[in-house]
Amino acid sequence: MSGHATFEPKNPALKWFESRLPLVGLIHSSFIAYPTPRNLNYWWTFGGILSLMLVCQILTGVVLVMHYTPHATLAFDSVEHIMRDVSYGWLLRYMHANGASMFFIAVYIHMFRGLYYGSYKNPREVLWILGCIIYLLMMATGFMGYVLPWGQMSFWGATVITNLFSAIPVVGPTIVQWLWGGFSVDNATLNRFFSLHYLLPFMIAGVVVLHVWALHVVGQNNPTGVEPKSEKDTVPFTPYATIKDAFGMVCFLIFFSWFLFYIPNYLGHADNYIPANPLVTPAHIVPEWYYLPFYAMLRSVPDKLGGVLTMFGAIAVLFFVPWLDTSKVRSGAYRPLFKQFFWIWLAVCIGLGWLGSKPAEGGYVIAGRILTVWYFVHFLVILPLLGLFEKPKAVPASITEAVLGKNKGAAPASTGAQAPQTKG
Amino acid sequence: MATTGTAETTRRDFLYIATGAMGAVGAAALVWPFVSQLQPDASVLALSSTEVDLSLIEEGQIVTVKWRGKPVFVWNRTAEDVTKAKDVPVASLIDPVARNANLAADAPATDANRAAEGDGREKWLVVVGICTHLGCVPIGHAGEFDGWFCPCHGSEYDSAGRVRRGPAPENLAVPPYQFVSDTKISIG
Repeated sequence: MSGHATFEPKNPALKWFESRLPLVGLIHSSFIAYPTPRNLNYWWTFGGILSLMLVCQILTGVVLVMHYTPHATLAFDSVEHIMRDVSYGWLLRYMHANGASMFFIAVYIHMFRGLYYGSYKNPREVLWILGCIIYLLMMATGFMGYVLPWGQMSFWGATVITNLFSAIPVVGPTIVQWLWGGFSVDNATLNRFFSLHYLLPFMIAGVVVLHVWALHVVGQNNPTGVEPKSEKDTVPFTPYATIKDAFGMVCFLIFFSWFLFYIPNYLGHADNYIPANPLVTPAHIVPEWYYLPFYAMLRSVPDKLGGVLTMFGAIAVLFFVPWLDTSKVRSGAYRPLFKQFFWIWLAVCIGLGWLGSKPAEGGYVIAGRILTVWYFVHFLVILPLLGLFEKPKAVPASITEAVLGKNKGAAPASTGAQAPQTKG
Repeated sequence: MATTGTAETTRRDFLYIATGAMGAVGAAALVWPFVSQLQPDASVLALSSTEVDLSLIEEGQIVTVKWRGKPVFVWNRTAEDVTKAKDVPVASLIDPVARNANLAADAPATDANRAAEGDGREKWLVVVGICTHLGCVPIGHAGEFDGWFCPCHGSEYDSAGRVRRGPAPENLAVPPYQFVSDTKISIG
């Protein structure tokens, strides 16, 4: 994937620097001249949005740490201190707390987009797996961040999640004791979670660099799933993708601001405004919304180890999707049956999320079991079989053909080639 | 972008500038809370005054109290200390300015301008216990001038807290304070 233009500095100082460290050239080839498929839709702007959210979380997080105290007796009050005493502390904390939710909304859309358009398929397997690793790191970071305010939900969330590891035979109880640094969730737990919550975002940033690197090696997928074949099929990253991504980010930030300024506690739990009490569990304990589907799976299995394995298996299965999907056609747009099963699976995920927020009793448990089974059947049975039995629609010969239509394919193709040079 | 031969302003130029200007305003609005949070917060500002009960301080005793996280020396000076401080000609001082937050900025560093104002209150000396050189806390009743001696770099202060020797450039600062009763002051 060579760029539309190469970077040749004219400024002598820049030339001197560039011949010693080609940094500006790297930025130029990655974010300016980088050829992007000309048919990317708005679902492709979520990669940029996610980078923005990561920066937002790190910036607000670093500032919050300037005012927060990681100690079992002081943490809760220090968070209230941020809300009441620190100048704009309320804004920074709500940005961070709601930013986490926005981060997950964006990552779920990003993942669903990848699953729909087959972005995990050859040659993008490593790209996909790196993305799964980022998702895992995000889950760990989000969980540990939720513990830090040391409210009732923080404390009991930490207790329940760390106890998951006690299901592991033989070594489980020892692992849990190591996670806690004691015999229950306490100050030692809070301190190590705080340390890791600060560390993990930088690890995410590191894997994001690998993710983007892998992306730039294999090139972006696109809604047709057809690889770019000529220069006509691509446009330079700047201004085309830059402006489109920026517009997507602005729209996303408006959505974010609505939560931030109008319903900042909508995605949280009132119980977390009660200081942690190791002697009383809240009557109705649920995790943050972005873990709810997995929480529903955990409760669907009437066996401790089985539940934990099911929950982790639901994430582990994502790593194998490139090999579970046997279809030769990449994009779901040309797979009539896959399309239907995809939307069913998406509904199953949302259904599991809803069930996760409900009490674990009666019909909710039965529904949870059915949907959990379907979640795994989709990956382990439907995806492999669809590739063998499904009759896909005709795939366009090129991106340009798909964009301009078959009849117009020949003549306006030259317009397409000139498009990048059009100036206003 | 708009450099393809056309020199006149186009609609697109306007849009670029308008978008850029809006973006700059947005960025500034976003930076504001990040800078603002660096200020002393409400809990710090709430601690910005300290009351001292003078009736508990014996004659000759220096008491150290904390005001805004800094030491403040309150000295119940003996008559001898006061006389000694009064006898020093202002012209001979390293820093001839009073450095008293309760007086004008150019008030001369006489003992009267350094000590507490009012009848029978001249024995009280209230100064911020931070050496004006590099911020160490000087030791009381020490040094050649019977005031303070700074252990860090050897600055010496007299019984009116005025610098008399060493690298310190200014007299010990007199913080803003007032008498709330005959035996109580409020600093800050």
